[in-house]
Amino acid sequence: MESTEQPRSISGSMQSPRSPSLQPYLSVSVTDPVKLGNGVQAYISYRVITKTNLPEYQGPEKIVIRRYSDFVWLRDRLFEKYKGIFIPPLPEKSAVEKFRFSAEFIEMRRAALDIFVNRIALHPELQHSEDLRTFLQADEETMDRFRFQETGIFKKPADLMQMFRDVQSKVSDAVLGKEKPVEETTAAYEKLKHYIFELENHLAEAQKHAYRLVKRHRELGQSLLDFGKAVKLLGACEGEPTGKAFSDLGTKSELLSIKLQKEAQQVLMNFEEPLKDYVRYVQSIKATIAERGTAFKQHCELAETTKLKEINLDKLMLTRSDKVGEAEIEYREIKAESEEATRRFERIVTRMEEEIVRFQEQKTEEMGVAFHQFAKGQARLACSIADAWKSLLPKLEASSAV
Amino acid sequence: MMGSENADGFEETNLNAQREEMENLDLGVDGDAGGDDPLKKSVVNGDTSNSGYRSAMSTVSNVRDPLSPPPTVMIPADSDPLLAPPSSYEDFRSFGSKPISSDNSYIEPPSYADVIFSPFDENSDSEINGAEDSSLHSQFSDSLSRSPSSSSDYIKITVSNPQKEQETSNSIVGGNTYITYQITTRTNLPDFGGQSEFSVRRRFRDVVTLADRLAESYRGFCIPPRPDKSVVESQVMQKQEFVEQRRVALEKYLRRLSAHPVIRNSDELKAFLQVQGKLPLQLSTDVASRMLDGAVKLPKQLFGEGGASAVPVHEVVQPAKGGRDLLRLFKELRQSVSNDWGGAKPPVVEEDKEFLEKKEKMHDLEQQIINASQQAESLVKAQQDMGETMGELGLAFIKLTKFENEEAASNAQRIRANDMKNLATAAVKASRFYRELNSQTVKHLDTLHEYLGMMMAVQGAFADRSSALLTVQTLLSELPSLQARVEKLEAASSKVFGGDKSRIRKIEELKETIKVTEDAKNVAIREYERIKENNRSEVERLDKERRADFMNMMKGFVVNQVGYAEKMGNVWAKVAEETSQYDREKQSS
Repeated sequence: MESTEQPRSISGSMQSPRSPSLQPYLSVSVTDPVKLGNGVQAYISYRVITKTNLPEYQGPEKIVIRRYSDFVWLRDRLFEKYKGIFIPPLPEKSAVEKFRFSAEFIEMRRAALDIFVNRIALHPELQHSEDLRTFLQADEETMDRFRFQETGIFKKPADLMQMFRDVQSKVSDAVLGKEKPVEETTAAYEKLKHYIFELENHLAEAQKHAYRLVKRHRELGQSLLDFGKAVKLLGACEGEPTGKAFSDLGTKSELLSIKLQKEAQQVLMNFEEPLKDYVRYVQSIKATIAERGTAFKQHCELAETTKLKEINLDKLMLTRSDKVGEAEIEYREIKAESEEATRRFERIVTRMEEEIVRFQEQKTEEMGVAFHQFAKGQARLACSIADAWKSLLPKLEASSAV
Repeated sequence: MMGSENADGFEETNLNAQREEMENLDLGVDGDAGGDDPLKKSVVNGDTSNSGYRSAMSTVSNVRDPLSPPPTVMIPADSDPLLAPPSSYEDFRSFGSKPISSDNSYIEPPSYADVIFSPFDENSDSEINGAEDSSLHSQFSDSLSRSPSSSSDYIKITVSNPQKEQETSNSIVGGNTYITYQITTRTNLPDFGGQSEFSVRRRFRDVVTLADRLAESYRGFCIPPRPDKSVVESQVMQKQEFVEQRRVALEKYLRRLSAHPVIRNSDELKAFLQVQGKLPLQLSTDVASRMLDGAVKLPKQLFGEGGASAVPVHEVVQPAKGGRDLLRLFKELRQSVSNDWGGAKPPVVEEDKEFLEKKEKMHDLEQQIINASQQAESLVKAQQDMGETMGELGLAFIKLTKFENEEAASNAQRIRANDMKNLATAAVKASRFYRELNSQTVKHLDTLHEYLGMMMAVQGAFADRSSALLTVQTLLSELPSLQARVEKLEAASSKVFGGDKSRIRKIEELKETIKVTEDAKNVAIREYERIKENNRSEVERLDKERRADFMNMMKGFVVNQVGYAEKMGNVWAKVAEETSQYDREKQSS
């Protein structure tokens, strides 16, 4: 059920927990990943801690256990109920089996899920969702029940994509004048669709290179390690002072290898992951665009049908047919449906306008943070590399003076 | 390992196009780069002088900017090898060497970024920078060069201008074609008769001859190995790639020869470098004809008596293997077998424990150098890949920036586009720094490759010693048997009344043989001692040089790393500064 009143803005987990309790707040954290089950059935469960002073919630703090598919349930429900809003994206279901339980992957997923829930809790409309309340509070059995009920009803991503492609092809058909357009053709909306499409391509490429960069850090780290070892062995063959110099060189090289591996992880978490999140967000927007397309189509078709029914009714009235009563009822029903469809469509349009603004601002902020952290990380790495090698120079000078 | 290929299978054309895109992009204030060097587009496989050891490193190091002239720039032989010829880097604009901003909290002066030998520094405008550059240049230069008399005498050889020539022949088909190279020498050494610059034309066969004559004259010395003869078809021989590889290899070889303090004064080398026209050194003949000649002599040796079976004294100073004396070969072979398998100790044993230990150590050293040079290659490849990917990342963000700017419908987008641009610019710069860092790294770590070649030379020197010892052992073992024969004959002859004319004659012949063999033995022993001494002094010299070169290598490598790390640190610190409003750590929670 959606609230039609003006929603109160609730502060989320970004605010200080010590903010005065008069101000409404809702703060969520996803923590403590634990592996449960065995073999193929194994999965990760998370602790979801909710801290709030809202009356709709049971008490100031609630802790529940949730797994990935519960998050999926929440996302699907919100997508179905809040059309027009860009539902925050979820991290992917992992494909590679052996990677599924690696510490890095689990941590990355946990962080992504935490962001997911918090974005919902911060969204002016979504935060009032009943499904969110269920997700944050229901006990595990109830949650399981809800989850099993919903399978099959909601569209799978593949269906959404198909719909979106239909939207696309219809657009091009309209442009080519093939058939009567059943799509919006306003310039502004066209521009938006084109923007979203192109953006995904650009972002995907940037993310691909960011991921490769992480690999390069690891490779460079590894090669420094191997080089260090080899150089130390070489030093063992040479007499002094060259031997000592090689040994020092090798040790430094091994040290730097560790720093590079650390930085690789940082780049992955703080730079590549936000970029991936950006891509997912754009994909979520595409799903919303598909929904809008469907809603528009319905609105057009129903409007069309209503008109026909009206014409028919008028005709019947003129001929004073006894079918008038029936026709009138039909007409009124259709008209109500059509108005509802139009309302739904227009609500999507309005929401999307607001959402786009939010999206742009949010992304600028998030990307800015990512860039800043990346730059800082690279600067720190370069600095420590420079310092490490620099510290070697006096020793080398001393050795060669001998 | 073909170093220029991206392990992810990135299409070369794509990369090339991207690189061009990168270079042509207008990066705003910092100006765009000019023409880029196809540093990684070379397909040259490196020289074959140390077969099997060349790969990624030489691929990167052998590429030259096509705009630069061939390396005939005159540089004193002992000067700092890091100084790149300025002309190669004309196209780079001053980029990263601007004075460090004072608010940079990460790096404290004085910084190596200012003095590292970067092409960007060539165009740096600050006078102070320049002065600092040159003073630190020379400081490093002095410590990097190992010769005490660094600027007084030099010899610089360059190989250039390969040309196809044809053998003159009376046959209808005409002669074979072959390639000749121009060998130009610049020197102020007095041995060359006061000439300061001269050129000759030589073909590869001449180089083989030179190498063989040197091997004969300088037994026991660590002579740099010559480039391999390549067993390829004549079609391949003419290919540009192969010719270029060989040119580079020849140049390296001749430079190494001229760097050797003794060999640089050799008559053979002088003749090779100076004498116009035909090379006045005795041609090496191939093994087959040597065997044939030897086969002719063998029956006489086997069945003849007296002097014919003795090794001519002057030949003793040469190893048996190279010569035509099959009988001697045979004898020494028998001796070496008896050394290895026979119960009796050979008359002269390699008793120099020190030598044996040294040999073992040299072997270990060689193994470690091989290992280190392999890991050095991996390191170079990793640095290269890092630079490439960084550049691709920057490029992707540049495209994103352009896109957002074009489609900007909100201020948020414009801000984001600007942030991206800063990041992208930094990434592209960092990528260039990695490339430069790498090309310098290659030059430094190349020292490891160089010494692989020298290890081969050491092995050669040790082999000379072993073969000389074998000659001594063989001769020594002959004497007792000859003596025994004489005694037997004398005993038999004394029993005959009035003397045994034929036996007496034989005794005299044998005594003659003994005398010759004694002389040969003495010569052989002297030769062996001489070679031992050569070995010793050479190994000592080489050890010293190697250690000094390795120290220089390490210093150069480290200075390089420091310099470029600082440069990159500056670039990223700037971006961190520009995005400081996003610093969440500073914000109070």
